[in-house]
Amino acid sequence: MQTVITPIFPDISTREHTPSADRFDQTWRASLSTLLGWGRAAGADFVEFFLERVNYINCLAEEDTITSISPRLSTGAGVRVFKGLSDCYVSTNDLSFNGLKTALEKGLSIMGLHLPRQSTIVPEINLEPLRDYAALKGKESWLANCSDMREMGDILLGGTAQLNRQAAHIQSRRATYFRDWQEVLVASSEGTFARDMRLTQTIACQLLCADGAYRTSIGKRQGNTGDPNFLRSWDAAAAAAELAESAGKMLYADYVESGNYPIIMANEFGGVIFHEACGHLLETTQVEQKTTPFLEKKGEKIAHENLTAWDEGLSANAFGTIDMDDEGMPVQRTLLIENGILKNFLADRTGSLRTGHPRTGSGRRQNYTFPAASRMRNTYIAAGDYTTEDLFASVDKGIYCKKMGGGSVGPTGEFNFGVDEAYLIENGKITKPLKGATLIGEAKEIMNKISMSSQDLSLAPGFCGSVSGSIYVTVGQPHIKVDAITVGGR
Amino acid sequence: MMNIEELANRAKDAAQKLGIAKFDIYGATVDENSVQVDGGKPKQVKASQRSGVTVRVWNEQQTMGIATTTDVNPKGLELALETARNASVFGVKEYVPDFSPEATAPIEHIPTDKTPQVPVAQLIETLIDAEKDLLDRHGAIVSVPYNGLAQRDSDSFYINSAGAARFEGGSYASIYLYTKTEQEGKKPRSAGAIRLSHSLEKLDIPGCIQEAATKTISHLDYEKIKSGKYTVVFSGEAFLSLLGAFSNIFNAQNILDKQSLSTPESLGTEIASPLLSVWDDALHPDNVGISAFDQEGTPTRRLPIINEGILTNFLHSAGTAKRMNAKPTGHANMGAKVTVSPNFYHVLPGVAASQQLSLNTADNVIYIDDVSALHAGVKSLQGSFSLPFDGWLVRQGEKISIDSATVAGDFLQLLKSIIFVESELQFTPSGICPRIWVEGLSITGE
Repeated sequence: MQTVITPIFPDISTREHTPSADRFDQTWRASLSTLLGWGRAAGADFVEFFLERVNYINCLAEEDTITSISPRLSTGAGVRVFKGLSDCYVSTNDLSFNGLKTALEKGLSIMGLHLPRQSTIVPEINLEPLRDYAALKGKESWLANCSDMREMGDILLGGTAQLNRQAAHIQSRRATYFRDWQEVLVASSEGTFARDMRLTQTIACQLLCADGAYRTSIGKRQGNTGDPNFLRSWDAAAAAAELAESAGKMLYADYVESGNYPIIMANEFGGVIFHEACGHLLETTQVEQKTTPFLEKKGEKIAHENLTAWDEGLSANAFGTIDMDDEGMPVQRTLLIENGILKNFLADRTGSLRTGHPRTGSGRRQNYTFPAASRMRNTYIAAGDYTTEDLFASVDKGIYCKKMGGGSVGPTGEFNFGVDEAYLIENGKITKPLKGATLIGEAKEIMNKISMSSQDLSLAPGFCGSVSGSIYVTVGQPHIKVDAITVGGR
Repeated sequence: MMNIEELANRAKDAAQKLGIAKFDIYGATVDENSVQVDGGKPKQVKASQRSGVTVRVWNEQQTMGIATTTDVNPKGLELALETARNASVFGVKEYVPDFSPEATAPIEHIPTDKTPQVPVAQLIETLIDAEKDLLDRHGAIVSVPYNGLAQRDSDSFYINSAGAARFEGGSYASIYLYTKTEQEGKKPRSAGAIRLSHSLEKLDIPGCIQEAATKTISHLDYEKIKSGKYTVVFSGEAFLSLLGAFSNIFNAQNILDKQSLSTPESLGTEIASPLLSVWDDALHPDNVGISAFDQEGTPTRRLPIINEGILTNFLHSAGTAKRMNAKPTGHANMGAKVTVSPNFYHVLPGVAASQQLSLNTADNVIYIDDVSALHAGVKSLQGSFSLPFDGWLVRQGEKISIDSATVAGDFLQLLKSIIFVESELQFTPSGICPRIWVEGLSITGE
């Protein structure tokens, strides 16, 4: 690792710092460069501080009442210490100089290292000029420009009123919104000194309909990063109309008959198939653990030749968009698979160190209590050459998976995900709604069975849980055809 | 690390300084260390010392606002209280949450005992030994990709402006080990085990290794299974996973919100086979995360939920209890909308069974060890589930590992289709439960 050390030699026993308590800015330079210098002087190969401040609010409308407004304020920091390929991570709520020093001290002691003795002369780390994405990209006013509590409530109640107007057989109707504003600062012994602000918002509606023994629950989520006006521009009527139509169809749906079928998966959240079946297996976290079937496959064909896939952090306002990752690296557009050939893995610092794959700006974490790990951002299958009609025309009997639920992938590469809204396809036509379907398969096999992609690429927001907590991501794809997959049902 | 009483006093002082007349505060501090290893070397070590409080403030109109913060300095606490006071303007006007009538009720025993934490180096050494032991159990076990050993001290408190003040604390240790196998011409297989205890010293690490090894080895040779209807035996862990996923059945808040498979009138009706009884018992001696009070200060207790098939109680907060003319049961989580959640399940046989069943003599029965992907495969408001599982086909008493398959059904129907509840209890982090036999469930294999 490369370390930049300046010829400054402050006395360890005399340092006192009082950085700004209200924002992460230049005033943090002195304290962090001092602490990083101490960490290196103690014998650590690499030291990184991650500082975080969060202002979060959640609002829930049920029927025609706001039943919950829950603000959450959070501050904290984590320090990561590397010695060789081993590392440790210590987190704390205490952002005072002494609090950070105590965390560093604990991290060092875990690695068998110790702070230099008092009166030792220690070089500081020469941090880069503050790379401040918040200032550069005009984010400072984001929080102030977001909807206040009253406006949140009014808009959500408009949403539940629309559901009431447009749906039938309603048992309950809900609309939720959250706004997650986050300020982060990263400083490392390699000289990284970078600050960012993130604004993530989502609105979700849920409709529970019942008619005698028939019940259906259906929801829709929309998400955004970086637009304080997101809630104000929400089209509640359109969201309600879509949910009402889906609920009306699914209320009396038959259970799907289990078996092996060709399927067509809709765009937007249909992309969860790629996220689960392949995306996770391209994270260096999986490479480190040797739990990916694509371990030594870079440059080899791992998918159908019609499949190209990307992971990036750049799409405007997408749910997984960030300007820098949680290790201070600018994000990039990473080509994962091109015409079936594996091109790149997603790597954070640790993953890169341990596997040799280059960093891709993919080091992400839920909050300061987690060390960063290689994680997806906006991940999607690229648009293909077919029309959606071509895909349907190629299926005699199969399942159309219009709305996907969540999914997961296990340590052996087996994945599964639920389907919230499905239809039977007969002779290329949608015939009747089906419920209770689960798609099951193995990553290695399924990737070669995605044989057709249409041109209608579209993205959808999601939450991804893994080693570094729950993070905001985008999944996406055009309509795709999977030649055969096991469908669990009744 | 801040002392829990100091944190409580600091929060109380901040409320009084701001002239807030009615408030309550729940807070916690955590001090934990965890390690992971890979191939005989430490892979990652994590340590965390953190605190957080949730404050509720009632204004002069008696509406309530809430805020949560991890900034427990006086300034941070004041900001949280101010934020809660601002939010109180928008608080609900109907069914406003209030102090629990039991927040000052005496509690016989509140746990506060701590076990000294061992050095991190000892955690690493212990886990490396466990990894090696597990790898040595069978040549096909090539790695233990998911492993962890952790120790945690935690303290929590509840105080309110009417004089309630409760404090508790405890120590916990946990280990998990999940293997991965490789064999020529076969799919990789994986299995694992978890153990919890109050201290590293008492943690059953040999038992965890043994269970992970035994399960892994039993899955090395596997077969596909034909799709169809089968009698299914759920392990305690698998049954508790399902029960937890459908806990809206006895969750009073969900019922009042019409987000449940039950209604208020379901109380007293038969929802399961008479062979089944279910309790929620936060105070059970096997509950490592034992807690004497909930986040509203209500004492926890042993509560019968299903007694011989009859739904006998809902889980309540102070608010739901008031609305349903019941007593709070110690299951509240503080929030602008107070939520309710189970503490520790205790599943046991109900009426005596007319037949005794045993896996040792069973034929063409599926034994499900664990179900997965509940977030994707459970439709808790529809009552249906379709879940991948790890398990075996039991053929004349012999267990044959099943290649990937799913189990599907309707949970209320499942409860009524129970044909046998074994007597031997299995201990899990979420409760204790024997094996449960259910007839007529759909299995999708090939």
